[in-house]
Amino acid sequence: MVPLSWYLLVAAALFCIGVYGVLARRNAIAILMAIELMLNAVNLSLVAFWRYLHPATTTGQVFALFVLVVAAAEAAAGLALIISIYRNRETVDVENIDLLKG
Amino acid sequence: MTLIQAVFALFAILTLGAGLLTVLSRHLFHAVLYLILSLLGVAGLFVLLEAEFLAGVQVLIYIGAISILIIFAVMLTRGMARNPGPPLNNQSLAAAVIAGLFFVLLAPVIAGFPWPQTTRGVPADAIEALGRSLVDPNQFALPFELASVMILAALIGAIFIAREKR
Repeated sequence: MVPLSWYLLVAAALFCIGVYGVLARRNAIAILMAIELMLNAVNLSLVAFWRYLHPATTTGQVFALFVLVVAAAEAAAGLALIISIYRNRETVDVENIDLLKG
Repeated sequence: MTLIQAVFALFAILTLGAGLLTVLSRHLFHAVLYLILSLLGVAGLFVLLEAEFLAGVQVLIYIGAISILIIFAVMLTRGMARNPGPPLNNQSLAAAVIAGLFFVLLAPVIAGFPWPQTTRGVPADAIEALGRSLVDPNQFALPFELASVMILAALIGAIFIAREKR
């Protein structure tokens, strides 16, 4: 049997990789991919908690499913925004998208 | 090390290695391919956790739909792929320190907490119970319907934002 803490450590490491990607990448699509990694890490820890602490209920899996739904909606809306920005400004480099900067 | 722990280690290394390559790849298209590999590793971990339905959904939605959507976006912003420039911004060192520190803070908490060592088995009808709870008014019927409304709103919003303005 794999201990629960191993799953949680993998999820924590995956989340930190996602944090690094969000903070360090310049391409907006790459930032969106790092966010997907973070959402996956959360899902992994949710399912691990469900399996080890409350396997008889369905709450953990349902919560993970809703995270997945939100991730799908976020990807669709985010990529539409990126394509719209690229059409107007010919770049998806977040260093150059600074319209709101004073 | 038992067989199941070896399989766990395999999927964990696949997930973390591909995840790391996702955020470090110079070419965006390679990053998407590594992202798919990482999502596949998470699906394998779901199978190990006996959440077979979620593993299937992970492959269908993440690998089948979201990855393809991201590949479409990469293709549509092709000008960026031709001369990518440096993939990381000038605060990447600080970002690495922050992410590393976050893990260093999290790891001892996770490893030190007295988690229960034994666990009960998953009931045989777990997938049936999951399906029933999603349409049961006393459980998750309302959030389920709200999620469908949110998906519809995101769909309409995405079409409206990405549409060619005339």
